[in-house]
Amino acid sequence: MINFQYSRATDVADAVQQIAASTSAKFIAGGTNLIDLMKDDVERPTRLIDISRLPLKQVQQTADGGLHIGALVPNSDLAYHPLIEQHYPLVSSAIRAGASQQLRNMASTGGNLLQRTRCAYFYDTATPCNKREPGSGCSALTGAQRMHAILGASEACIAVHPSDLCVTLVALDAKVHVAGPAGARVIPFQDFHRLPGNTPHLDTNLHPHEIITAIELPAQGFAKNYSYLKIRDRLSYAFALVSVAAALELEGGKIKQARLALGGVAHKPWRVHAAEAALQGQVPDGTAFARAADLVLKDAKGYPHNMFKIDLARRATIRTLTQAAKGTPQPPSNKKIM
Amino acid sequence: MTAYIGTPASRIDGRAKVTGEARYAADFNEQNLVYGAVVASTIPKGRIKHIDVSQALRVAGVLKVLTHQDRPQMAADDDAYKDDVAPEEGSPYRPLYDDKILFNGQPLALVLADDWETARFAATLVQVDYDAAPYVTDLQAQLSTAYVVPKPEKPRGDAAKAYAAAQVRHEAEYFIPTEYHNPMELFASTVHVDGAGKLTVYDKTQGVQNVQGYLSKIFAGSVQEFRVISPFVGGAFGAGLRPQYQVVLTVLGALALDRSVRLVLTRQQMYALGYRPATIERLALGANADGTLAAINHEAIAVTSQFEEFSRNDTGWSGLLYKSPNTKFVHKLVRLDVPTSSDMRAPGAATGVYALESAMDELAVALDIDPLELRLRCYSDRDQNENLPYTSKALHECYRQGADAFGWSQRNPKPRSMRDGADLVGWGMATGVWEALQMPVAARIVLTANGHAEVSCAASDIGTGTYTIVAQVAADKLGLPIENISVKLADSTLPQAPVEGGSWMAASASHAVASVADDIRDELLKLAKAVSGSPLAGAAGADVTLAGGRLVSRKDAGRAMSISDLMRHGGLDRMTKEKLNTFAQDHSHARNTHSAIYAEVKVDEQLGVIRVTRVVSAVAAGRILNPKTAGSQVMGSVVGGIGMALHEEAVYDHAFGRIMNANVAEYHMPVNADVHDIKVIFVDEPDDQVNPLGIKGVGEIGIVGVAAAIANAVYHATGKRVRDLPITLDKLKA
Amino acid sequence: MARATAREPVQDPIPIPEKISIQITVNGKATELKVAPWTTLLDALRDRLDLTGTKKGCDHGQCGACTVLVDGRRIVSCLTLAVMKDGAQIVTVEGLAKDGELHPVQQAFIDHDAFQCGYCTPGQICSAVGLLAEGKAKSADEIRELMSGNICRCGAYPNIVAAIQQAMGRS
Repeated sequence: MINFQYSRATDVADAVQQIAASTSAKFIAGGTNLIDLMKDDVERPTRLIDISRLPLKQVQQTADGGLHIGALVPNSDLAYHPLIEQHYPLVSSAIRAGASQQLRNMASTGGNLLQRTRCAYFYDTATPCNKREPGSGCSALTGAQRMHAILGASEACIAVHPSDLCVTLVALDAKVHVAGPAGARVIPFQDFHRLPGNTPHLDTNLHPHEIITAIELPAQGFAKNYSYLKIRDRLSYAFALVSVAAALELEGGKIKQARLALGGVAHKPWRVHAAEAALQGQVPDGTAFARAADLVLKDAKGYPHNMFKIDLARRATIRTLTQAAKGTPQPPSNKKIM
Repeated sequence: MTAYIGTPASRIDGRAKVTGEARYAADFNEQNLVYGAVVASTIPKGRIKHIDVSQALRVAGVLKVLTHQDRPQMAADDDAYKDDVAPEEGSPYRPLYDDKILFNGQPLALVLADDWETARFAATLVQVDYDAAPYVTDLQAQLSTAYVVPKPEKPRGDAAKAYAAAQVRHEAEYFIPTEYHNPMELFASTVHVDGAGKLTVYDKTQGVQNVQGYLSKIFAGSVQEFRVISPFVGGAFGAGLRPQYQVVLTVLGALALDRSVRLVLTRQQMYALGYRPATIERLALGANADGTLAAINHEAIAVTSQFEEFSRNDTGWSGLLYKSPNTKFVHKLVRLDVPTSSDMRAPGAATGVYALESAMDELAVALDIDPLELRLRCYSDRDQNENLPYTSKALHECYRQGADAFGWSQRNPKPRSMRDGADLVGWGMATGVWEALQMPVAARIVLTANGHAEVSCAASDIGTGTYTIVAQVAADKLGLPIENISVKLADSTLPQAPVEGGSWMAASASHAVASVADDIRDELLKLAKAVSGSPLAGAAGADVTLAGGRLVSRKDAGRAMSISDLMRHGGLDRMTKEKLNTFAQDHSHARNTHSAIYAEVKVDEQLGVIRVTRVVSAVAAGRILNPKTAGSQVMGSVVGGIGMALHEEAVYDHAFGRIMNANVAEYHMPVNADVHDIKVIFVDEPDDQVNPLGIKGVGEIGIVGVAAAIANAVYHATGKRVRDLPITLDKLKA
Repeated sequence: MARATAREPVQDPIPIPEKISIQITVNGKATELKVAPWTTLLDALRDRLDLTGTKKGCDHGQCGACTVLVDGRRIVSCLTLAVMKDGAQIVTVEGLAKDGELHPVQQAFIDHDAFQCGYCTPGQICSAVGLLAEGKAKSADEIRELMSGNICRCGAYPNIVAAIQQAMGRS
């Protein structure tokens, strides 16, 4: 960890002003990812601007029936917030599937979006990594890549985004409220994270010096037919091999609307509109789900160690859709898969 | 008198551990302590061409940077670096000694600073210019270089021929990857400079006297006296048997600055210490149609370093456990550019018996015999290798009681036949075996006239419960309430003890305490006889016992004198006895512990997610001193076995010769959610031959066979035999 | 005048962070501390306040050994900068017993032998105290899941669950 200056932001405007005045400053809120990376010298900010005391900790209903979630609401508070548990249980499930309760108590909602990959080469400064050091090469392409991407990867980077929460936020059409030197703007969640292309050092489409102030959820929470299923190498406290968020609106025995997104498979939370469209109007059965899963994985590409994830993702997609349709969402504590 | 032995007494160090008062190696604070940080090699092999510490030295608060070019003097001969449990063959690694790089993560410099954060920062500024050399880190790619290491187990008959002629054959290769002990405590040392050439070393170790002897040899020229202390050890599982490099570096720092120094390794740096070697196990079992064995061929190929030859007994267990007229064992090693492999919980047996018991399961399938029934048909009442009877062997009872508790008779033998909704249910079993070892240990008892005793010994308690069983034995032998016993352990100035390992400490320390307690009794008897009109006048040592704070005649409980009276008569306020206990060498019997493990797994049929829902471990290990702490040891071993079966693997990238999951997030060990119902049964196994108290030890036996039982259960559930650990869900679909 | 010879050219020292004064309450005791921004709460507790009960097991938020309670919530102190907790109420394992009487969770850990080496134990106990305060875990499955952030290499998990169930019954 290198020497850095520390300062506290007094309000959002001050935070933006402070970060714009420094060349390599970072915001810190929960710190669960940033301090980890600073200890390994992967992140080397010369200034940390502490935003943890900013008044962005409210969860409020919006005029159109949605929810406005302050960027600093801790993950655990969000998971157990009555409005979330009641109207957006998919979000609650996903949060509870990630990390540990201690980390969820610390981590902020906004920070969750900005988690960096767990790719081992990104963390190990003794190895090349385009994300950490652009142009140095991707070691995972020919290395330990069991956890890596099967969708949307590039020759420059096959890392995956590690968040659980984000998988559900993209599925639910959330919006990201940000503030920056040029003012405030709203980014559709779908456009928030980037694919690696040849700029894998950029995880998101945030502009320099922007700060996330809130996440907005639309009114529709799919509280009746949803499930978040996370498949991992041990039964808790592990990153996803594959995770699936599924949400259905059923009417008259048919799917009126479907949402489907995957985690652990790509550089960003992976939503597949084509699969959702294919489900629309269908009877919620194995045939329809298998077709949707095929669409999800149509362009999947595996590498020697992670080829299994393609079939796993397919099966997990079908299973999660089945859970959602039956109204038997995967519970966070019982490890038997419903 | 056994008021405490055999009872589930709570740990006497429990309060210290739940309140945070228990101090571990990195917890001994001092004003003006200097903190160290290690600069580790990022290549596996080569030389340091140049090391530039100038930028690190510029950092405010940095006091010194030690390198092989700039460090206090160290011994120059291999012998100095050979600790008590170093492999016989080879040249031990010498920390910070010269420019040679022998493995990735090797310490190349030690930055010393006023605080940890400064040292850590400055360490990133040390520039190392390498002269990299070609290296090998891949066992599979180096199999052609495997060479045979001799092992004591003799072949019987002609195993190759018998295998070829056998009615039913099973041959397969099993693989155990590199595994790390990963005790929760980071390896650490705090060295306090006491002045006058004396250093007190608080070290994370399983053997304070081993470290003391090791440091004394390395620094013979510069340090007059080392005292090594390790009252609490945050887990070790074998990782702390040999002195680790951080203790040498910490001493170097203290000598260089003449100040007290602390060095705590990072979790990543601990992956450059010892590990359970990746091992290939090849089994070829030949059977007769009736389920008796005709041939056992067992070959193991394991990893060691280029500079030391570490190996344990992987193969001999096969010939020991089961009756077979023909056996052949081969143990091979492959040298790689990695640190030397090391003992890790049940070394040799955890790996070798995993393979054996997996192969026996496969043989049972081939024979269409119940796996338990096959073990019974191959059961042997004698050590087959040595053709010796056992001091005791209650394995039959383990099989029976374990099967009953588990409900084994309800098992449908057909794979994929048992279900629970979307889950396939699998039941598997395996046998475990370990040695009942015992070592010379000395103990001291200081008995005070008020009926309190302090028992001391250099032995460690690495979480095994040594403090507690020592107190139990002492309380019983001295006839005092356990609250009146205090125990001091793990200080190199205390009476002699070897490293705590191999499951030998319970038996060894107990007998040391019992033996010196007898001396106390005899001394008290002398005092009693000196009292005029003594009620114990004619008694010999064996005629009296200590009970209820008194010396009592065994024949006539009415004839007794209280300890306080005796000591008053003798004009003593305290009595000190110390004795080294050794065990009679008796080669007429085999001494082993045994177990039967039954495991239930549930596997999601579509997704392959595996859960270990139930484990029953029935253990025969002689007299159990404390079923509470011993039960915890076996339960914890089962958890370790779950990790071995399903989770644990150090993932190498051979392109860099580096471990890519050198942490505890991706080197998966079981977490709470992975562990469900574990039942531990200790079967009755009276044994007056193994040693007077009938103790065999339980530290290793609990893990042996667990991975096989789980692997066999996974096969039974899914019909898929996975022979390379860990069994991750992708292997079920492959 | 003699000139100094053989002297290395002096380079400017590389600065380390300046210490900042913070006020924290640790185990009920108001404490003023000057810490550099790069000092974690874990290192501050251990190295500065001699509260070594809180353990460092990975320093990366992967093991839970450093769990303490900050403003009543369990967090990992290794990923927490001390300066950011200015004004906070901190409880460590040393602060759980009251007047020599163990906290029910501490007593339950002894009763159920919920540890062996004891190194993860302070973190397990603080985590369990946090879990009880959260009130979300009712069943054994829920305890297991919500205690999964605390790794115990000795494998005491079933006893840890039993201990927490005992403590739950009392509270």
